[in-house]
Amino acid sequence: MTTVPVSAAKDVVAPGRGGVGDSVLRPDGTLKVTGEFAYASDLWIDGMLFGVTLRSPHARARIRSIDVGPALAVPGVEAVLTHEDVPGRKVYGLEHADQPVLAIGEVRHQGEPIALVAADHPETARHAAEQIRVGWEVLEPITDARAVIADPDSLRVQDRGGIARHQPVRVGDMVAARARAEVVVSGDFSVGIQDQAFLGPESGLAVPGEDGGIDLFVATQWLHNDLRQIAPCLGLPDEKVRMTLAGVGGAFGGREDLSMQIHAGMLALRTGRPVKIVYNRYESFFGHVHRHPALMRYEYGATRDGRILYADAEIVLDGGAYTSSTLAVVANAASLGLGPYEIPNIEIDAYGVYTNNPPCGAMRGFGAVQACFAYESMMDRLGEACGVGPVEIRRINAVGQGSKLATGQVIDSPAPLADMLTRLEAMPLPAPPDTADLRNLPGGVSQTTHGEGVARGVGYGVGIKNICFSEGFDDYSTARVRLEVVGGEATAVVHTAAAEVGQGLVTLQAQIARTELGVDRVVIQPADNGVGDAGSSSASRQSYMTGGAVKAACEAVRADVLALARERLGGTYEDLSLIGGKVVSASAGALAEIADVLGDRVVEQTREYHHRPTVAMDPVTGQGDTHVQLALCVHRAVVDVDVELGLVKVVELAAVQDVGKIMNRLSLEGQIHGGSAQGLGLALMEEIVVQDGLVRNPSFTDYLIPTILDMPPMRLDILESPDPAAPYGLRGAGEPPTLSSTPAIVAAVRDATGRALTRVPIRPEHICR
Amino acid sequence: MDFLRPTSWEEALAAKAERPEALPIQGGTDVMVELNFGVHRPAALLDLGPVRELATWEPLPDGSVRVGAGVPYARLIAELGDRMPGLAQAARTVGSPQIRNRGTVGGNLGAASPAGDAHPPLLAAGAAYEVESAAQGVRSIPATEFYLGVKRNALRPDELIRAFRLPPVAGPQYFSKIGTRNAMVIAVCSFSIALFPSERRVGTGLGSAAPTPLRAYAAEEFLADAADWDGDLDEAVAGRFGELVGAAASPIDDVRGTAEYRRHALGVMARRTLAWAWNDHRKGALECA
Repeated sequence: MTTVPVSAAKDVVAPGRGGVGDSVLRPDGTLKVTGEFAYASDLWIDGMLFGVTLRSPHARARIRSIDVGPALAVPGVEAVLTHEDVPGRKVYGLEHADQPVLAIGEVRHQGEPIALVAADHPETARHAAEQIRVGWEVLEPITDARAVIADPDSLRVQDRGGIARHQPVRVGDMVAARARAEVVVSGDFSVGIQDQAFLGPESGLAVPGEDGGIDLFVATQWLHNDLRQIAPCLGLPDEKVRMTLAGVGGAFGGREDLSMQIHAGMLALRTGRPVKIVYNRYESFFGHVHRHPALMRYEYGATRDGRILYADAEIVLDGGAYTSSTLAVVANAASLGLGPYEIPNIEIDAYGVYTNNPPCGAMRGFGAVQACFAYESMMDRLGEACGVGPVEIRRINAVGQGSKLATGQVIDSPAPLADMLTRLEAMPLPAPPDTADLRNLPGGVSQTTHGEGVARGVGYGVGIKNICFSEGFDDYSTARVRLEVVGGEATAVVHTAAAEVGQGLVTLQAQIARTELGVDRVVIQPADNGVGDAGSSSASRQSYMTGGAVKAACEAVRADVLALARERLGGTYEDLSLIGGKVVSASAGALAEIADVLGDRVVEQTREYHHRPTVAMDPVTGQGDTHVQLALCVHRAVVDVDVELGLVKVVELAAVQDVGKIMNRLSLEGQIHGGSAQGLGLALMEEIVVQDGLVRNPSFTDYLIPTILDMPPMRLDILESPDPAAPYGLRGAGEPPTLSSTPAIVAAVRDATGRALTRVPIRPEHICR
Repeated sequence: MDFLRPTSWEEALAAKAERPEALPIQGGTDVMVELNFGVHRPAALLDLGPVRELATWEPLPDGSVRVGAGVPYARLIAELGDRMPGLAQAARTVGSPQIRNRGTVGGNLGAASPAGDAHPPLLAAGAAYEVESAAQGVRSIPATEFYLGVKRNALRPDELIRAFRLPPVAGPQYFSKIGTRNAMVIAVCSFSIALFPSERRVGTGLGSAAPTPLRAYAAEEFLADAADWDGDLDEAVAGRFGELVGAAASPIDDVRGTAEYRRHALGVMARRTLAWAWNDHRKGALECA
């Protein structure tokens, strides 16, 4: 048993008494607001060393030599490691193990890890890392994704080649459809690289165990999948790698890939001492994957009255040097590439390619975001060409329950898109700006206008997102629930490996336990791999999957408790339930306290929850029932634009989202606000700017995320059309608002300015040129 | 890295004389960022926080104001908004409330970044900077002679910035700054104007427009001559003023914006701020009459 570090996660008593449907407060909310919450960067254990990573300054280069001698000579340095010191497998990865733990003879992107240093002080480690001498042969980076598609054999960034995945979608008869089209619109669109910009940098602590294994305390999204990648690289069996979730300061997909986990483990195993690694903000920009940038070409043909006959689309996603989750991102872009519209004839080619640009992978919206900007821009173009308004053109082509997606998959649960659009359009519009307060105007207190040059615009956006993992993935979740008497009170203890990344699952687990077990007191145990896999905190899936697992485990516990009750009560009650701490008969009323029924017995059950099976997209036609569940969100944006200076103030965002079931309105509204803000960031400011494969703005000084003065008040209309296949009828809610807010804002800026605006984020010079 | 902590101005000057390589730090909003990013690794930091004299200001007999280099932006806004409106407007755009509680004009002058928000209003209003060394005492440097190059100023190695002085407010002043979000942003470019109606003169200051903050002299001279100081602002005159301000800039393309956009935006800001200032000036003249 190792010593537990200071600030490691502990059991949490869930606050409040609310069950499913109540706006219960987060157990960690007050701690986070007052600055007392222990994030992974706060981890501390006596005698620990500090690890630092030496990274590549080049986008593409051969490593001729590495001399670690000068670093080892620095007093206080305990270890300097390179790829030669990786104890097990030298590569890892989410979909393909193609990413070196430490560079082997070559670097393929700026910031690629080359060597590790452990020292008794972080400054010493940093100083020592700078002493490592690397002999470079700098190569011309491959940075043009379209060029790679044209010539994938010669433009090879790594052994797997130039194209990670090409996913076509072929539906209907394009030739006949083209012949029938009365209106044809087309466009080229592009999306820059967005970053997750979580505030808690990558951080963790590795503690060597007496059994030769290791205890890892890390901020991640998926403990078990980390483990599956870490253990082989450390040359350890799975059971010797004990994973505990440390406080996560935001994730948004950026913690699906490993960062410092194997590195800290290597240093700890080598030195026999605990090793902590914390990235600083600069390093964090190189320490995780970003959202894939996209180049997209679209053409739609339609009847004169706006009914779409065909869609022809090419979507190119640049994944950088390693596979990460590019394969699944491509599948989303292809299967959801035309949005929630009925289109009978389809030709889509979605590509994910390897380049020497920054590595890209998972980010909230995951491939569906990029395509959404293009297809929604196309809907506005089509509406304009047909003389049909933006809401009407969408309603004309909207899917509903029973419609087919591009993949041929039939939407078999409610999808009331036309109704959602009608509700959105009916919402009142905000008043004209009060120019007496600069904060209401574009530019804010920077005072670029007192109202001169300001024009208002309104725009709409629609998005569709798959919930849970797709394409045959069985991303099940496991929950262990225990019911026992603590201090005279029946207490439910919930244990899962699901990562709380800020989304509120920790709150929801307690709500479900209260509802299912009729108790007030719920204790949530730290997430670790002492319990089965919970899958990833991504794809908007944890309420569905871990919520489903907790519900199933609670139902099993409840059955046991009711059996005990029947035993004790002697009757043959068939109508028992657990309500308000009591065993209650529907016919005879309250019969006993749960605490009395339990006595000193402990009832514990573990359950796995699996969603319905799906299949991979057909490699030629793209057809198949690939998605578990689909979720819709629609946005209306109202903006004021300083057309002379190109500055934008988003005045209001209104959204209608169908969530199936509101599990916790407070938490849900937070998700919709946050997702919309992230979409606003992509529309107007958030971009990792890259030149020749090198990042030009790796800081929060120049990578701008929206502030409270950029994010407007929101008007929300949340619908509850239950999905019969999902627990409580719920629908994943975290990602959909991230999709539709971006095109809505861009459409509003177009409305105000008359500019085409085919790229996000919009820059001032795109508007006022 | 040594950390020097003088508790009085004399001690600070002595420390700087002894360790001219020591980097002065006041609010730390710039110095600490650069340290954290590894831009600098100075041999010593000279913490001016405990030097209380730096955090005071006083009106002088001639109506001008002398402000200690360590007065934070939040206090400039709260206490000096009427005596230096242009600078107070600029101060409102600096970072977040936390940064405005810590950051100082002294820090802006020490860093001498062309993007520093305080420089344009100080240039436009005709500020002078009081610097001092143990060996040679006090000297006053006009703002126009202070900025020598990108992040280079006229300070000698043993000198520290003591205060800045601004003449009495003679007319309307405005500050305007472009950023790609609506708060907490470094200037893509910025512009400040100060009217001196009794002298029939205008002052300007441009930020993030060239290697150093600068004045647009040709624009100032043009406006002084071409404007009807007793009448309304002629739109053509305002337009030409904007063009001349744009022409005074020698901006660059960088990650924050293009040179072309900066030149354009400076012209627009110049035209707009002039119109606001002229409006105030005419209103004031009419009210007096």
